[in-house]
Amino acid sequence: MMPPDRIEFPTCPVASVQHDRVMLAHGEGGRLMRQLLREKIAPAISLGNPASSTSILENEAATFPVLDGEMTITTDSYVVSPLFFPGGDIGSLAVFGTVNDLAVSGADPLWLTLGLILEEGLPFEVLDRILSSIGIAAKQCGVSIVAGDTKVVPKGVVDKIFINTTGVGRMRDNGSLGSHRLHEGDAILVSGPIGHHGIAVLAAREQLGLTPPPRSDSAPLHESCRCLHDALGRDLHAMRDATRGGVSAVLHEWSEASSHTLKLRESLIPIAPDIRGACELLGLDPLYVANEGTFVAAVAPSAVARALKVLQGLDVSRNATIIGEVAKKQSAPVIVERLLGIWQPLDEPSGAPLPRIC
Amino acid sequence: MKFVDEFREPELALRLVAQIRETATRRWVLMDVCGGQTHSLLRYGIELALEECVELIHGPGCPVCVTSCESIDFALHLAMLPNVIVASFGDMLRVPGSRESLLDVRARGGRVQMVYSPMDAVELAKNHPNCKVVFFAVGFETTAPATALAALHAEQLGLDNFRILVTHVRVLPAMEALMLSPVNRVQAFLAAGHVCAVTGFAEYDAFVDRFRVPVVVTGFEPIDLLQGIVDAVQQLESGSHSVSNCYTRSVGRQGNINAQNIVETVYEVADRDWRGFGSIQKGGLRLRNRFERFDAEKRFEPIAVNPIASANACLSSQVLSGQIKPTQCPHFGNACTPDSPLGAPMVSSEGACAAYFRYQWLQSK
Repeated sequence: MMPPDRIEFPTCPVASVQHDRVMLAHGEGGRLMRQLLREKIAPAISLGNPASSTSILENEAATFPVLDGEMTITTDSYVVSPLFFPGGDIGSLAVFGTVNDLAVSGADPLWLTLGLILEEGLPFEVLDRILSSIGIAAKQCGVSIVAGDTKVVPKGVVDKIFINTTGVGRMRDNGSLGSHRLHEGDAILVSGPIGHHGIAVLAAREQLGLTPPPRSDSAPLHESCRCLHDALGRDLHAMRDATRGGVSAVLHEWSEASSHTLKLRESLIPIAPDIRGACELLGLDPLYVANEGTFVAAVAPSAVARALKVLQGLDVSRNATIIGEVAKKQSAPVIVERLLGIWQPLDEPSGAPLPRIC
Repeated sequence: MKFVDEFREPELALRLVAQIRETATRRWVLMDVCGGQTHSLLRYGIELALEECVELIHGPGCPVCVTSCESIDFALHLAMLPNVIVASFGDMLRVPGSRESLLDVRARGGRVQMVYSPMDAVELAKNHPNCKVVFFAVGFETTAPATALAALHAEQLGLDNFRILVTHVRVLPAMEALMLSPVNRVQAFLAAGHVCAVTGFAEYDAFVDRFRVPVVVTGFEPIDLLQGIVDAVQQLESGSHSVSNCYTRSVGRQGNINAQNIVETVYEVADRDWRGFGSIQKGGLRLRNRFERFDAEKRFEPIAVNPIASANACLSSQVLSGQIKPTQCPHFGNACTPDSPLGAPMVSSEGACAAYFRYQWLQSK
């Protein structure tokens, strides 16, 4: 029997729509939006936990069990420019930043929400890289992304992509933390050399041409915070990640909240040579420069050796060191012993530190 | 860090402090000309350490502090014009004119761009062919070569949308104006090391002979400053006066000839208004005729001069000329703080008022 004649159907003259960049329609709730969620966002964020994409795809509120003890919640928005910089990108930053906020408050991070505001015209190649980075970072931190929202706004309304993440964590029960627990005599430590993130982003944004380009310290701190907390228990008094405003901002907040003066020794503050060089060149004080993978902690004097041993045993905090102490309230909230042995107040900067001109 | 740490060595610094104390038989009045020196002197506590034997008066060498109010007002006006972008160094953006600053204007919708180098402003012009990009060129002889280079580069590219608002100032005429002032108290100068790196210091010979004051070319690190002060105090004690160079690792007698040639090609010496001083003869630079197509003052309509309302309260003229210390101003720390400055010296990272606020006042509160 002869095979039936093959009937050649004319091909459709309109190719199926394959955009290479984000269109306004991707945010308008229709087929394109579902396609974006199904093909791009859900696969990326479910890297760590396949179940986590369900509520995002089905546009439902996420449900999770009520746990014993205390829960904690925090939110942060990420608008960094450029989106990619040596040592990180806006995607991993949006995960680590919120995870770190939970970690330093004494919580184990569990869940994140993910809000994306996309600029019309954002190339999918860029979005893909960011989503992939979010997925890998969430897996690294052991958190599930359980709910989310995506909006697309007309070109020029936002700068490429803004991200909001909200994090939920479970408070550890080995001692409360906070500036209210600072005591005179407490040692102040930093978990690593300071100033990397701010200088890396500045150098990348302004194309300063520093060689090699400084790298951001962007990293998750949940593990080092948990280990420190477990080892020290109630001897750990406060932790804070030194993000915007740097170490100076943390110490000023602690001073105000606790009515103590915080004393630093400039000679003890760890700064990598390339970061120090860039700061000298630009007239910036590294104490004011942002970090994204470095925290400040106040510990009881008797626990200093234990604290350093624990932190230095972990890669992310291997250069942890003591930089000062908590002292009785003086006129200035934060004072620094400069190199000639003279104590100076550490002022809070007005607005963003702007480089000097000559 | 090499080239930094050896100039901050605490033991050597303390030895130099002791040497100055031993040498001085009376309290001498020295002026550190440059704002960068002022900040180092305060940051490292050198001023306090030497309080008994040296009075340090902080001179006019903060470039944004001496930029005239009228020039800032003109830049503010330009930033609000359609299709005009004003670019300048970060420090300049916060300095108030008669009413507001470039950052205020930006918040109101003006186009203001911070740049790290004048060449970035040329790039900006290249990338915005439909806009006029005005580079607000402030600063002493230190920044003039870079802005001159930008003008040459723009000329080479044939850009017709690049403009420069030149407010460059020259340090030596200001030192002369200070010496000629009837209220002058300065007995020796720590000359600005970075300026001398460009200009050299041969031109100070005539100044020293005329006014019979020691001039010591001085750097910015604690050891540099202390060595400069040692030299100045030794000269004063022995009754001599000469130009000496305590910043030899950066400064030669003839300076940077290439930089001088570039400045000479693009600019000519002119009288200029200084904030706090008024007009100073030969106190600044202006573009030569060859570059007049880039000259913002010639290419844009002039504006009426505003009566200077807020500047009346600010005593910056007395601070910049060394008549009063910042802390002697009634507004210091009260109406005038870095968060709400009445005048430029409280804004700039090199301003004397900001230095006192940061390093001394907070502690004495």
